Amino acid sequence: MANCPECGTALEIGDDVMAHEIIECNACSVELEVVATNPAQVELAPEEEEDWGE
Amino acid sequence: MSDIRMGLLFSRIRMEEKLLIEAAKKRGIEFVMVDSREVIFDLDSKFEYDVLLERDVSHSRALYALNLFENSGVKAINSYPVALTCGDKVATSKALRDAGVPTPDVKVAFTKESALEAIEQMGYPVVLKPVTGSWGRLMAKINDRDAAEAVLEHKDHLGSYYHKIFYMQEFINKPERDIRAFVFGDDVICAIYRSSKHWITNTARGATASNCPLTPELKQICLDAAAAVGKGILAVDLIESENEVMVHEVNYTVEFRNSIDTTGVNIPDKMLDYALEVGGNG
Repeated sequence: MANCPECGTALEIGDDVMAHEIIECNACSVELEVVATNPAQVELAPEEEEDWGE
Repeated sequence: MSDIRMGLLFSRIRMEEKLLIEAAKKRGIEFVMVDSREVIFDLDSKFEYDVLLERDVSHSRALYALNLFENSGVKAINSYPVALTCGDKVATSKALRDAGVPTPDVKVAFTKESALEAIEQMGYPVVLKPVTGSWGRLMAKINDRDAAEAVLEHKDHLGSYYHKIFYMQEFINKPERDIRAFVFGDDVICAIYRSSKHWITNTARGATASNCPLTPELKQICLDAAAAVGKGILAVDLIESENEVMVHEVNYTVEFRNSIDTTGVNIPDKMLDYALEVGGNG
């Protein structure tokens, strides 16, 4: 069980989560990057930069 | 099952990348995942993929990586020249105009004084856009000279050199929506309306998506726009003006999460079809 590094809430992370997937904390809405699976570990996702997009 | 080796360049796994990875797995394709935050190139780098799907959220990383991959013999989607054109609004507008694709008028200036003069020549309102950028970020609708002076002053102090490349686009009075069409190679596979009361109609800014029927006329202008920037996996953004449909942007790292259910088209599968075709196993 991983906790949100921003607010400490225990995260519900599905079994189908992929490494480097971006998820959102249900409690504080911060974006998190899954840095490892089995067991899941998360870090705060990088903040949006000016050249990001499509 | 495919024997094509396919790389996927990324720096975050959005819903789009996840859908692509899942679609590839179903077809027996295992992506070689290339995290742009970790990759190191040297001048003699060689890679073991037949084709690389560029899915990096960062334009600058994508641009440099594509150049290096292509010069190492990797077929990339999209290609470096396509990314170079689509990632720069000046280059996109010029390519569209030169190809005869209807597109809003644009002026470019390099100082805030000449930009103000250009805006006065165009008349109000005009749209100021960063030459590089996406998701409707830092766009400004300039309704009068006071606003022009204020925004130009701010842009002049933003810090990045490219904010001093002033791109002014004719404001088109559109019907509370624009059109996004997905063009993969020579196929226009589907399109959506992006509707909003706000003049910015990006779904990243809250616009809602609905299916847009593909007419022969719409398909043709989309194919012309794709050809103008070099073809690939592209999202063509169009505005319906009072008299005609115009192309205002072409995107090269296509986001499609809102468009699969909306159109009923399996966009990730279509992407893989195109990638396999480019990779030589279509």
